[in-house]
Amino acid sequence: MAAVVGVVVFPGSNCEHDVAEAVTALGGEARLLWHRDTSLGGVDAVVLPGGFAHGDYLRPGAIARFSPIMAAVREHAAAGGPVVGICNGFQVLCEAGLLPGALQKNAGLKFVCRPVRLRVTAGDTALTRGVAVGTELTIPINHFEGNYTCGPETLAELRAEDRIVLRYVDNPNGSVDDIAGVCSEGRNVVGLMPHPERASHPLLGSTDGVPLLRSLLVTAGAVAA
Amino acid sequence: MPADEPIHRALGLTDDEAAAIERILGRRPNHLELAMYAVMWSEHCSYKSSRLHLRRLPTEGPAVLVGPGENAGVVDVGDGIAVAFRIESHNHPSAIEPYQGAATGIGGILRDIFTMGARPIALMDPLRFGPLSDARSRWIAEGVVSGISGYGNSVGVPTVGGEVVFDDTYRDNPLVNVFCLGVMPTDRLVLGRASGPGNLAVLLGASTGRDGIGGVSVLASAGFGDEDDADKRPSVQVGDPFEEKRLIEACLEMLDADLVVGIQDLGGAGLTCATSETASRGGVGMDVYVSEVPRREPGMEPFEVMTSESQERMLAIVEPDDLDAVLAIAERWEINAAVVGTVTEGGALRVLDRPGGEVLAEVPAASLHEDAPLLDRPRAEPADRAARLADAADDALPPPDDPGADLLDLVFDTSWIWRQYDHQLFLNTVEGPGGDAAVLRLKHPTTGADTGRGLALTTDGNHRWCALDPRRGTALVVAEAVANLACVGARPLALVNCLNFGNPEHPEVMWQLSEAVDGMAEAARALSVPVVGGNVSLYNETRGRDIDPTPVVAVVGLVDRLEAPPPGVGLVEGTRLVALGAEPDTLSGSAWAWRRGHRAGAPPALDLEAHRALCELVRELVADGLVLGVHDTADGLGPALVEMVARSGVGAVVRAPDGAGHRWLFGETPSRFVLAVDPAALGEVHRRHTAAGVPGALLGEAGGDRFVVEGLAGPGVDLAVAEVVDAWEGKLPALLGHGTTQG
Repeated sequence: MAAVVGVVVFPGSNCEHDVAEAVTALGGEARLLWHRDTSLGGVDAVVLPGGFAHGDYLRPGAIARFSPIMAAVREHAAAGGPVVGICNGFQVLCEAGLLPGALQKNAGLKFVCRPVRLRVTAGDTALTRGVAVGTELTIPINHFEGNYTCGPETLAELRAEDRIVLRYVDNPNGSVDDIAGVCSEGRNVVGLMPHPERASHPLLGSTDGVPLLRSLLVTAGAVAA
Repeated sequence: MPADEPIHRALGLTDDEAAAIERILGRRPNHLELAMYAVMWSEHCSYKSSRLHLRRLPTEGPAVLVGPGENAGVVDVGDGIAVAFRIESHNHPSAIEPYQGAATGIGGILRDIFTMGARPIALMDPLRFGPLSDARSRWIAEGVVSGISGYGNSVGVPTVGGEVVFDDTYRDNPLVNVFCLGVMPTDRLVLGRASGPGNLAVLLGASTGRDGIGGVSVLASAGFGDEDDADKRPSVQVGDPFEEKRLIEACLEMLDADLVVGIQDLGGAGLTCATSETASRGGVGMDVYVSEVPRREPGMEPFEVMTSESQERMLAIVEPDDLDAVLAIAERWEINAAVVGTVTEGGALRVLDRPGGEVLAEVPAASLHEDAPLLDRPRAEPADRAARLADAADDALPPPDDPGADLLDLVFDTSWIWRQYDHQLFLNTVEGPGGDAAVLRLKHPTTGADTGRGLALTTDGNHRWCALDPRRGTALVVAEAVANLACVGARPLALVNCLNFGNPEHPEVMWQLSEAVDGMAEAARALSVPVVGGNVSLYNETRGRDIDPTPVVAVVGLVDRLEAPPPGVGLVEGTRLVALGAEPDTLSGSAWAWRRGHRAGAPPALDLEAHRALCELVRELVADGLVLGVHDTADGLGPALVEMVARSGVGAVVRAPDGAGHRWLFGETPSRFVLAVDPAALGEVHRRHTAAGVPGALLGEAGGDRFVVEGLAGPGVDLAVAEVVDAWEGKLPALLGHGTTQG
């Protein structure tokens, strides 16, 4: 049975269909979840997709964290279920306290949409299970607020616990320690700024997002089984 | 305004127009009625100066489902899919308030597309600014790009291409055009018309405020002067992409559920335009209740409510039984929905203060559109035209001392702009901005099924060619667009145009417009590209100086088999460089000549039949995988080669034919291409171009770390690839990358 990935739709989300398309192409089943829902409906994994939830008004993710579905996402995460936040989804996870740190405006004070080189720096997470540490991937970023920041204690903790999942090879936005993605203590909640679904088809210029999405499906499949 | 000025003049109506309104109504119009006619009969809404000429454009073709006159043109692309597309200008608002001007331009064009029932999937932005040495032009350019980025990214529609031109002619009057394309199932075409008396007019989206009152008449239908421009700022609307995103989703959901009988966006002239257009197209009338319109602020007068251009609003015509379902969808997406009117028998548009209340205005709905003035404004060709055409750049300008330096001066990388745009959303973008044409995967809008085919999109304009000869110049622009599509292996399907011209009250401008329409018609016929929509932007003038005539076209094409990305503008080590097509016959109108202040002569000759055969040949060579890099030479052969070197980082050694001068390098024509061909495929390419009767020549070889042009009469070119890359990449970041100041 295919692993079921719930993709949360907030008003203003815009990458939900892209994530669903990429997940489906890899043999998963994607199900869109409305932000006002209070239940995940039994999905095996949750993706918070990119976009501009609630217009990014106030601060990216600052309003979305209060959507009713976030309580269910929190429970799912607490129970060890895989949760991945991509771009705006990463911002929501940070605002919701499911991941540490925050994403501030890019150092260049411009929106940046382009492929970047990444290095996988932590394995055994919901997104990097089966992907060798040190693997280089080329995946697009697409954000204004992707400059990851956190306090020195948090950074030390992230390093000590091997929770920095992806690092930029050439830092495009000023993120501390070149951080492109981090995970929770339980390694089941992962947030990243790059968009793996945008690197999931040969015609799109890169298929380097596939191993990450496949890892999510494998993790979700383990939950399903 | 002077205290004794009649009110119709203050509203922008002429005395003749006021008299015509009185004849239509059989009585003196009141203030509200005058305000409604003033916005609907404005140049922007009525096309009163251009309509007469636009009729000469060819608008029919086998795939055309909807031609000009609706919110967007619609073309059948097979597999049960139709595409709707349109181009518009937001020149005047962008000159006054660059960020919001550009942002609301996007909002407006998106509504035109989803009004037809199509999901918008691609935006393109042809932009024209003054020189970047000018501080105010930098401020405008940066504001416009930020506005497109801020609104387009947030609303969730990728910007997949466009163009940018910097020239003194746009110093005070930038051109900010925006194109949008959407996809829909062919059987879901929706037209903006009301029907069924008793049906309800439901206003969806944002509340109505005082922003943008008179936008079409104050801004878009007059030129700019000296001091009063800052006072026009309140006529610029303010955009809210989040509201628009929810509006798109809600409207498409209503259309999916078959809950609306007609739908119309609110753009220029606001509620007046939307209610009268839907009613008159459907041959019915409408009662509109001012009290029911959700307001953003208290104390608004009825004329303000009826002419406000507040953004992010749509008018849906709904059967009473479906109202609850429509309201439920609106609630889900958290948008306002209010019944603001009722469809009536007869053709009267009545504005009432409340349901059953006092009638504040009553006019024949159709008169706001169909009775709009149709002007045959005086046209005059410039008195010095013959002398100017004879003054060729080839004779007037000395040859370059350092053609390499001149080449580097002409080219620049535009990625500083388009990296600020999300150009990848929806996983369609195979070739994004920066190439000859964008290429998107064509997927079915409801099933998501990949057709294995591609859509190709390009926008093109060239004010230099059109300034020299608007007729041939415009034909060349259409030819360039078709050439750009050929570079990505696409056949042209249809075009939409945005005619950016100066003040139509200047006879020379009207002559330019008329000539441009004829040139476009000739090229569109010869190349089988029907015109399915357009927009006219007039009064692009400042202090009496008109911009160079700038018709911009957007052409949509199809790639029959999209199995690999197109070859792209680049070189591959070890390939042979081939030129197909002929050397241009002149340097006149080239960027090189313009840069040297020579703005005369005739633009390059154009043989449309030969061009058609050439583009068809190139398209087939690309589609059959015989080409590893390709570029048209509408910017000149030399600049084309430099761009190919810069984008790939691969050098080239090129040998000019005997006796070739700098015209061979800098002369511009859309009817010549540079191809990078694998040596093993050279024979096949030669066989095919010979069979097609297309002239071809071996130019040289790609590879190495230098770009060399030998054999020119006069000094040659010898540049390090690194130098070419630096010059190309560095220009925009150096000028725009470090903040700007308002001049």
